[in-house]
Amino acid sequence: MPVLSVTGLNVRFSTEDGSVHALKDVSFDVPERRIVGVVGESGCGKSTLINAILGLLAKNGEVSKGSILFQGDRDLTKLGATEMRALRGEEIATVFQDPMGALNPVFSVGQQMVNVQYRSGLSKAEKRKRASEMLKQVRIPDAEAALSRYPYEFSGGMTQRIAIAMALMMEPALLIADEPTTALDATLEVATIELLQELQVKIGCSVLFISHHLGVVAELCEDVVVMYAGEVVERGTVRQVFNDPRHPYTVRLLECDPARQKKRMRHLPTIPGEIPDLRARPEGCIFAPRCHRRFGACANTPPDMETGTGHVARCFLADQPEPVGAQG
Amino acid sequence: MSDVVVKVEDVEVAFSVGRIGRRSSILGVAGVSFEVRRGETFAIVGESGSGKTTLARAINRLRPVSRGAITFEGRRIESLDRQAMKPLRRRMSMMFQDPVGSLSPRMTVGDLVAEPYRIHGLERRNIQEETARLLSLVGLSQDFAHRYPHQLSGGQARRVGVARAIALDPVLVIADEPTAGLDVSVQGEVLNLLNDLRERLGLAMVIITHNLHVVRHVADRMAVMYLGRFVETGETEAIFDAPAHPYTAALLSANPEPDPDTARDRISLPAEVPSLLARPEGCEFHTRCPWVRDICKTTPPPCSSVEHRVLTCHFPLARGERPPERTG
Amino acid sequence: MSEAISEPVIALGRGARSLRRLLREPLGAFGLFLVVAVIGAAVFADLLASADPSRISPRDRFMPPGAEHLLGTDQLGRDLFSRVLHGGRIALTVALGSTGVSLLIGIALGLISGYGPRWLDNVLILLFDAIKSFPTVMLALAFVTLFGPSLTAVVVVVIIINVPGYARIIRTQTIALKNAEFVTAAQSMGASTARILRVHVLPNVIGPILILASMDIPVVIAIEAGMSFLGLGVRPPTPSWGAILNDGFASIRESVWIVVAGGIPIILTTLGFTFLGETLRDVFDPRLKAR
Repeated sequence: MPVLSVTGLNVRFSTEDGSVHALKDVSFDVPERRIVGVVGESGCGKSTLINAILGLLAKNGEVSKGSILFQGDRDLTKLGATEMRALRGEEIATVFQDPMGALNPVFSVGQQMVNVQYRSGLSKAEKRKRASEMLKQVRIPDAEAALSRYPYEFSGGMTQRIAIAMALMMEPALLIADEPTTALDATLEVATIELLQELQVKIGCSVLFISHHLGVVAELCEDVVVMYAGEVVERGTVRQVFNDPRHPYTVRLLECDPARQKKRMRHLPTIPGEIPDLRARPEGCIFAPRCHRRFGACANTPPDMETGTGHVARCFLADQPEPVGAQG
Repeated sequence: MSDVVVKVEDVEVAFSVGRIGRRSSILGVAGVSFEVRRGETFAIVGESGSGKTTLARAINRLRPVSRGAITFEGRRIESLDRQAMKPLRRRMSMMFQDPVGSLSPRMTVGDLVAEPYRIHGLERRNIQEETARLLSLVGLSQDFAHRYPHQLSGGQARRVGVARAIALDPVLVIADEPTAGLDVSVQGEVLNLLNDLRERLGLAMVIITHNLHVVRHVADRMAVMYLGRFVETGETEAIFDAPAHPYTAALLSANPEPDPDTARDRISLPAEVPSLLARPEGCEFHTRCPWVRDICKTTPPPCSSVEHRVLTCHFPLARGERPPERTG
Repeated sequence: MSEAISEPVIALGRGARSLRRLLREPLGAFGLFLVVAVIGAAVFADLLASADPSRISPRDRFMPPGAEHLLGTDQLGRDLFSRVLHGGRIALTVALGSTGVSLLIGIALGLISGYGPRWLDNVLILLFDAIKSFPTVMLALAFVTLFGPSLTAVVVVVIIINVPGYARIIRTQTIALKNAEFVTAAQSMGASTARILRVHVLPNVIGPILILASMDIPVVIAIEAGMSFLGLGVRPPTPSWGAILNDGFASIRESVWIVVAGGIPIILTTLGFTFLGETLRDVFDPRLKAR
């Protein structure tokens, strides 16, 4: 049974300029003890997805269709505010891009780490001990002393590790990590990924890892969900998607990554065109206007085609792959 | 050698820190030398806090230089005053990190692109015509002239930045993180554009970045910066092929690649970047160097020059050398 | 190398859009209506009220409102309706004029203080705080004692009181923008300080202060009325709301209509500008909304 199961999720925002269809028929699973990556560029709906899962959609947004099942029995789209609050932080924890924003600057790290355990029923001393153990696990040197220091006294890499420690304090079933390494330097990014991997195994939680960085996702995740303009265009295991991409957007996105190009090239590949205006979501395939394989049928909405076990692409041509690098 | 556009010799930039009465100064840039020729792209790579942005701003005379010489088109500029600098600012331009944030929010794209002409009193030239020419040069249609920065995507804003940077036919463009904040599919667009312009206009370019993948594709030569100094300088391809400084090697290996099957033999760097307030004795990288030996902790390495490569290390690495196994 | 990216942009002008949002708020629409009405009445005072506001007619003293005198007459038999409309001119001239001048001075000093060298900033801040520390009434009394009561006295006092506040707000915002990348970018292009302040900083700091100023207008009108009421402002026989109130106060036993005639316009104008200002603030800068 998956920890999180998103099925046919649609989210709409009502704005002054009409209704924005921000997520359209989004479906994917986060199985138990697995790390699932969500990749996509700006405007793909990553943040809306997280907010929908956490029940934190803006006031003008609503889930118009679909369900988000947590541990098979609770539909997060139907839970009340109080139940959601109980769930967040305890069973679903979150790490954000900016760790400084997640830590309260006027409380010491120790106070905050003790506070997050307010539901645990342990004594204060026990809570503090657990906090220092957790800090040791995220490799904060001199954990005991670190507890009485304040967030600003730590470097960016350390604050992110502290934020991770805090998120995992209550041993949640699901950790949602929203671009947690984006603000970090490459060497720290790698260290943070390795740390996340290690802790995930130790705690046995599932991770939903949001990133725009293909390399990080390839390295950290087991499954991957590719989003474009509010739709899941392709999903599968990391090997399936990265080695045998079936949606033209995935193909082009992989081509664009300069890291994929081992040979020096003065002219880098790009995806011409722009993300469509979601206020007037075009009929048919969402990627069609920018797609190099577009043909007549693309005026209709393509089905989710399963091309391998768990490998799904929303494209009419999903069963006729093109080799990576054939274009451009 | 008359085609040297800018020559930087032993430049230092000092900041004063601390409260009044206990003021001390630290070196953000601590003795850096390089030169860039016509039509050449020079990349400066480093992690945050390495001083690369400070260096860029010092060359552009947005920060005072505390020691050393900057020669621009054969003329010493490090101590010119504002008035004397002004005509030179037509010949060198700078692009800033934040694509949208570096554009005045209440000005239209047309006004933004025309701003250099207005600043330099070149209004006799037909501004409308120039604006149109520049917009088409960077691949934006004419109706963009009436938009405001907040109505642009990151890539479009970056193009406006490029148009403005080349408005006055400069010989030198300094680009600070030209791909920061851009999606993978758009990064290529901007880099191709810069490359294209460099070729067509014979520009000299300095690109400041932390993204090694980008460097490989665009730069002819590169320098790796650590704690305000260049630790390794040379031809880009040669450095990527066989990094000789341990820090370069670690940086190169810390790049997550979008290939789940790639072999990852990473050189992991322990500890955090030392504070500029307390620079380490001896080789400044010794606190994190996996190859560290006793001499590194006491004696600063000399600057050695081998095969077009300049580096500061006691024990340059052989091709593909792995860190020694460590016990404990 | 480009494909013309031409998504249809329905760039509804910022102004039109804001106006629409303003009108959608009932309080904002009401405020705007009141403000337009008050300004209109003052501008067209001659057309709307045919009687001379200063003509004394002892026979018609203390007349209640009627067809001939819409708001009645005062203790000298002057037509109150006409006096109120013409008094509106004085009130609005003082309010708009002095607020406008305070804005100009405040913005200029704020920009200099925020962008200029540290020592100049310190000097100016000291000056602002020194002025702010005077109680308004004391300042007004001192000023009138020195220069005598007049319309100019009112205007000058209002300017002195308002400038420090405006300057401080502009200064804070300027400091926040000083290191913004677009300002550094302008420096790197070689822009002069004056140009940076005028073209790049000013348009970004002026919004909130305009809203604040519109909320200050009722305060200024109250100051003018108050000073005239105390006999420190407009000299008779010039009509002024404060002076009308004063007249009414003196002869309240004879007729209540004079106080009513002097009070209503002050209340309406105050409400109008306050509602308008608060709605403008909510529309343009929702963060400032106190909830």
